[in-house]
Amino acid sequence: MATATYQLPGVMSKKESELRQIFLEQVKDIPGGEKIKRCIQCGTCTGSCPVSYAMDLSPREVIALFRAGEMEQIMKSRTIWICASCYACTTRCPSGVKITDLIYALKRSAMEGRVKTVAPQVQTLASLFIDTLMKYGRLHEGTLIRKFYTKTDVTKFFRLIPLGRKLWTTKRLALFPKRIKGHASLKRIIRKAQDIEMRNVQEKLEYSPEHVGYKGLADHKLEQRKGE
Amino acid sequence: MSVKYAYYPGCSLEKTQRGYDESVREVFAALGAELIEIDDWNCCGATVYMSVKETVSLAVSARNLALAEKMNLEILAPCSSCFTVLAKTNRVLNAIPEMHREVNEALAEGGLSYSGRTVVRHPLDVLMNDIGLDAIRAKQKRDLVGLKIAPYYGCQIVRPDKTFDDHENPILMDRLFHALGGETVYFPMKVRCCGGMLMTTFEETALKLNRDLLASATENEADIIVTTCPLCHFNLESYQDRINKRFGTKFTMPILYFTQLLGVALGISAGKLGLDSSFIPLGQRISSLTEATHV
Repeated sequence: MATATYQLPGVMSKKESELRQIFLEQVKDIPGGEKIKRCIQCGTCTGSCPVSYAMDLSPREVIALFRAGEMEQIMKSRTIWICASCYACTTRCPSGVKITDLIYALKRSAMEGRVKTVAPQVQTLASLFIDTLMKYGRLHEGTLIRKFYTKTDVTKFFRLIPLGRKLWTTKRLALFPKRIKGHASLKRIIRKAQDIEMRNVQEKLEYSPEHVGYKGLADHKLEQRKGE
Repeated sequence: MSVKYAYYPGCSLEKTQRGYDESVREVFAALGAELIEIDDWNCCGATVYMSVKETVSLAVSARNLALAEKMNLEILAPCSSCFTVLAKTNRVLNAIPEMHREVNEALAEGGLSYSGRTVVRHPLDVLMNDIGLDAIRAKQKRDLVGLKIAPYYGCQIVRPDKTFDDHENPILMDRLFHALGGETVYFPMKVRCCGGMLMTTFEETALKLNRDLLASATENEADIIVTTCPLCHFNLESYQDRINKRFGTKFTMPILYFTQLLGVALGISAGKLGLDSSFIPLGQRISSLTEATHV
């Protein structure tokens, strides 16, 4: 919690303002995202959330911390990763704040800002998911789960063997993934969409060169692409 | 009246949740509605939100909407997650023109374009609002009398958008099974979240959520839980023994898709409805129903 360097009240650190800008860019892509300004801190979101008991920051606190300029603390929390996106908070919010979508935006911002998070397993799952999608066009649960547990906790994979056996005997297990006919064209669509995202990022880079986070990310993505 | 829909099964219905796919196809055929599977559909992209912006996940999802648009039909998406992702894509594309333009730019790489106008429907909505209870009852072959049902709607078909049923207390499944002679029990957890993918990423939390659901249905003396979502089904059914082990409970709650139970009432055989794929014994009440001679 304690910060090593003295910070003038009301002045954000560079990291903080960078994360904030990344997040605000994300908010623009959420219909009604700007309603975050209307939060009245009533706590209906927290009371409605089925997993708030397991969070370190409640959804209400997340919005309060956003206002207080504590993006980094939000992104390092368990909260944004444990949200199961059931939208109970969103439908009950008396001010129309799109809390679930904002939490999605926070997840993406944490990735983009390269924040070291407490739930790298969620990011592992997401990146394996998109790999599978690029390759086959559809999700093959078996492949995804096998890769996921190989990367995170292989003992958990062995614990799934009885489940696998049950799926097999009830004819619910496909051993191999299938490829859709249009996988090449889907891959082109995904690549193009990624390029568009990069273009947006680079435009911002020219606009505000001090935001090295964007540049760092762009380089990182380009390196990744070269490797493929 | 002949009605047609562009059928979007989604990845989990292809194999692990074949009971949902088989029962949807059977029930719609029995009621005279035609399902034409979208040729070469791709994953809706449920979990691709980790891209830098949303462009990638929206483009992935929009490819399916564009394919359905060419068929000039409404999409029928039984998986709650697919349903909500496809509907969300429409919502974003129609609200943010810049995003719509970008997604179309990406789709053009696959020779496609999308106007934003494909309507996305859930089978529960179609059954109750297009086909209607009268038409369903006219085809009823078995009475569900004496069967106590916990109707579990889950989150994604009733939220976040105003869809076809209430956010907090949806009633369409209750109405459907009442009309077929069944009894829906008091089930205050009907829209409580099952945790979805948390079963993979935060298992302990997800186990608790599902324990609570099973406890509520059991306390209220339900014979079965009926669901509309593959992920809810998977968590409640496949993890039930682990929940029992973890919390010392003794749940033996059969989990059925609402289309499976509807199929039973329409006189369709258990095998055709994929009831042979259940992990948990269906119990005396369901078995006696599926074996019963037609009323």
